[in-house]
Amino acid sequence: MEILSALLIGILFASGIYMILSRRLMRIVFGLNLLSNGTLQFIMTSGKLQRGEAPILDGITEMATAYADPIPQAITLTAIIVNFAATAFCLVLAYRTFQETGSDDVADLLGKEEDSE
Amino acid sequence: MNNLAVFVVLVPLLTGLALLFIRKYPSLHKGLSLIGALLMVMIAVPILDTVYREGMLVLALGGWSPPFGIVFAIDLFSAVMILLSSILSLAGILFSVETIEEEKTAAGYYIVWQFLITGINGTFATGDLVNLFVFFEIMLMASYTLLSIGGGKAQLRETFKYLIINVLSSSLLLVAIGCLYAVIGSTNMADIAAKAAQVENQGILTVTAMVFLVVFGTKAAAFPLFFWLPKVHTVAASAVSCIFSGLLIKVGAYALIRMFTLIFIRDIGITHTVICVMAIASMFLGAIGAVSEMNYKSILAYHSVSQIGYVLAGLGLFTVTGLAGSIYFIFHHGIIKGCLFLTAGVTEKITGTKKLKEMGGLMGQYPILAWTFFLAALSLAGVPPLSGFFAKLQVVIAAAEISSYWMMGLSIAAGILTLFSMIKIFLYVFWGKAKREYTPKEGFVFSRAVVPCFLLIAISLAMGVLAEPAVAVCVKAAEQLMTPDYYIQSVLGTA
Repeated sequence: MEILSALLIGILFASGIYMILSRRLMRIVFGLNLLSNGTLQFIMTSGKLQRGEAPILDGITEMATAYADPIPQAITLTAIIVNFAATAFCLVLAYRTFQETGSDDVADLLGKEEDSE
Repeated sequence: MNNLAVFVVLVPLLTGLALLFIRKYPSLHKGLSLIGALLMVMIAVPILDTVYREGMLVLALGGWSPPFGIVFAIDLFSAVMILLSSILSLAGILFSVETIEEEKTAAGYYIVWQFLITGINGTFATGDLVNLFVFFEIMLMASYTLLSIGGGKAQLRETFKYLIINVLSSSLLLVAIGCLYAVIGSTNMADIAAKAAQVENQGILTVTAMVFLVVFGTKAAAFPLFFWLPKVHTVAASAVSCIFSGLLIKVGAYALIRMFTLIFIRDIGITHTVICVMAIASMFLGAIGAVSEMNYKSILAYHSVSQIGYVLAGLGLFTVTGLAGSIYFIFHHGIIKGCLFLTAGVTEKITGTKKLKEMGGLMGQYPILAWTFFLAALSLAGVPPLSGFFAKLQVVIAAAEISSYWMMGLSIAAGILTLFSMIKIFLYVFWGKAKREYTPKEGFVFSRAVVPCFLLIAISLAMGVLAEPAVAVCVKAAEQLMTPDYYIQSVLGTA
């Protein structure tokens, strides 16, 4: 299972970076998203992929022996929220850039105008 | 008393939230932000004092004892950084009040500013890696917004680049945290440090260390990861530049120092040598980049790259003196670079341009501004008795102590290049005859806008004159850093 997951992470990273290197702003945003998803998968995998009981002490008897590690899941949830915010901001920024320049091609953004304070 | 630790995050956060509630009344924003910033300084000073006298402040949030819960752990190094961030935030807000347009205020400039400080202070205070990531993200999200507020084409373009680079490096940061978690099974920094010694395969820790180095190196704008910095500064408002160069890249440097003195200390033959090489390259290439530029703010930005080199040099040498030098350097550079960017902002408001060749002869009309810049420039170049001299002296002494003469020679040589490009700015902007009449932008009051510059230059002077106690604090902070057991015991011992 870990090997499959590792392959998936690799594919997500590779395609994410490929998309980031393209010239369209939207593609870049999607590339960042793919990359972030690869990262999430990486964290999930880092805590070993396994199933089992909930990792809760029942207070009286013994502890659960087979359980899925909750910490990577907590980290993943946090990271999802962060990615969500970053993507939202990315999209707004891309849209504003589109409004300003009338194009979402990186090449059209070139130029040396300086004073914009 | 330990509850002091939480205020470093609470004060800017609550100020930001309060501002959010009065969003419709931008006229109140300035006053409230100033109060918040002042309050933050008033909290940072007692924190530094407490930590200096009584040792680390450790606060287990929600009563969950470490390593299970999140802790705020403020050692002397963190306390120094928090003081720096409070001072720069105050100076930046003072300057913003004079220079930021009403539309930007209405768009929430001061609100985002407070959240930026929340993120920065949180990064300094936290003792948990995932929490560090979260505060980093808060800081970055605020910094994207500050950069793009009221943006034209160039500003949007640079923000987009800055955003892509940072989202990439944040992904890498998560990967690095994941690696560390897979190997050690903890996210509490002290816990990781305690368990790192027992890891059988030390090689994987070194690999993880390199990932962290790339991530924080990007945020700190060290060579070869600095390329985003100069462009960002040319489009940012001056007060924003002051925070970006004075604080944001220092957060990266802080994280590097924290990671490479606490966790990754078992393979210093590789990790710290790489840091040394990066340091030397940053020092030189940053200074050379500055020599080649003719844009006021680009020059200053390239100097930030150069100065980060000195900070990393102290870390790479990995001795108490070296780290003390790094800490002193971070503080000095934050103050001075903030001051330089603010004077750049004043100059820009007066002349309406950032290009050196279109200025000249400002000395005649604005002698005070010229001498403030001159003092700050000399301090940056390292002329006694200003703070820059003692900062460089510490790094040079540290290099001499372990007979690393090449580091010593190169760091002095890079200082000469710094002096050269600072003199270049001085000659082009202030010296000579005025080529034309300068008409400051409407509503710009020179005498009020230079106040934060004075404030910062006074601190630099004080750090130079009172170098002995200032260095003593840094040495004590460095001693704490060099004995990771102290950090580990303080955090894990509070259970």
